[in-house]
Amino acid sequence: MIPTYESDPDGTTYQISAKKTGAGHGADSGQPARSRAAKPKELLIRGITRATLFKDLRLEWRSKDAINSMLFFSLLVVVVFSFSFDPTAEESRQIAGGLIWVAFLFATVVALNQTWARELRNQVLDAFRVSPAPANSLFAAKVLGNFIFVSVLEALMTPLFIAFYRLRALGPAWQLLLVAALGTWALVVNGTFFAAMSIRTRSREIMLPLLLFPISIPAILAMVQATTAILTAESSARFWLVLLATYDLVFTTSCLLLFETVLNAE
Amino acid sequence: MKIVFPILVILTGILLGYAMYMALSPNGAPTEQTMGNVQRIFYYHVPSAWTAFLLFFINFGASVYYLIKRCPTADIVALVSAEVGVVFLTVNLVTGPIWARPVWGIWWTWDWRLTSTLIVWLIYVSYLMLRRFSASSQTPILAAAMGIFGALCVPFVYFSIWFFRTQHPQPVMGGGGSIDPRMMHVLLLNWLAFSCFAFLVCWSRYHLEKLQRAVDEAHAMRSLMDETKMDEPGHERTAG
Repeated sequence: MIPTYESDPDGTTYQISAKKTGAGHGADSGQPARSRAAKPKELLIRGITRATLFKDLRLEWRSKDAINSMLFFSLLVVVVFSFSFDPTAEESRQIAGGLIWVAFLFATVVALNQTWARELRNQVLDAFRVSPAPANSLFAAKVLGNFIFVSVLEALMTPLFIAFYRLRALGPAWQLLLVAALGTWALVVNGTFFAAMSIRTRSREIMLPLLLFPISIPAILAMVQATTAILTAESSARFWLVLLATYDLVFTTSCLLLFETVLNAE
Repeated sequence: MKIVFPILVILTGILLGYAMYMALSPNGAPTEQTMGNVQRIFYYHVPSAWTAFLLFFINFGASVYYLIKRCPTADIVALVSAEVGVVFLTVNLVTGPIWARPVWGIWWTWDWRLTSTLIVWLIYVSYLMLRRFSASSQTPILAAAMGIFGALCVPFVYFSIWFFRTQHPQPVMGGGGSIDPRMMHVLLLNWLAFSCFAFLVCWSRYHLEKLQRAVDEAHAMRSLMDETKMDEPGHERTAG
């Protein structure tokens, strides 16, 4: 049985019930023997990932800490940018790609900084480390949670950008969804990993951008160039999309392989 | 170490001196047609980049080895190669503008080679920052992970920026075309000399780091012993 745990918005964690999950623990619920034998470790990973993800989403829904701070921060960045550029509609298509992704990058850092901070309070992270749960399930949950938060932010900010810069995509606009998905994943997967690495460093909040930005430069370049290509229709975004997909594949694999080592690095 | 090191220092010094002579005098490397003697900085600019990348490759190997075997030597080798590599890449990034100014009239341009080199420099400086800011018990593992990530990122950096900058035609900058074999000879000679010099610097830095760690461990042991001694009868805890 997988215990589910609830947390108050201030981070106090307590177990409220031991809920039965749908599959994998047939011994308790009298399910047929076949499901008992069906790959228990993978099912355990999914169950823990799901439980942790839902915990984070529930916490966020109740407190709305991360989404409020990210939203407000992006808005501030957009306003400050507006002092430097007063573009025509034509020019704005050229520069909007860069502006949007810089704003989202800073907002992502805000979200990532608080990802692990919550786990450090009340020794939740230590409890996870001594449990037999595979570390990758925690990592997957964190990455998915951050991905959802940043995607919500992007969905909220995009209409604002379109209004502020009078944007209209001259190229295939559906590709923008692909750029957003792949690009956000690239930032979030590396960011969650580096945030875990910088948990116990001095100056934790500044270490994350210092580590994340140089490594993310190829992904940021690809995101910005793909967005500009789609908005201006001057070139094809295909190369950049393929590059983003490859980058995501390589770094997701590396993060999954190395996360357990990094989490237990003491 | 005590005997071999000074001998190697002398030999490397001779090699460096000879390489410098060959680079700077018309007897060694021929004077370039269009750029004249300013071109001779090429014999420092390029080998320092090659040496830096060699050292970063060693850093990658040492990081992987450390994660597999958890051997402290590998950790020190990774640290040392990253530090010296960053220094050589800094030399490359500084000699570049010094060469560019008289030849192209500008200090910097965002062409693909310069941009990529700058980004690789940023990646390994962030590696060194992680080393500095992390708690000492965790540093080897975190740094090894970061070293692997950095090395994985380098091909992406080069490839993406190459595509980015060659999409739109830029004025042709540096390199390209064939090179006079005598120039190639002097270039390789300088690379050899730089590599030997890098090896010596790495070796002495390795030795220094080992000593530093031994000193830190001795301090830790001593304070531990003092603590345990305090608990024995006859020893009183003093304030402060």
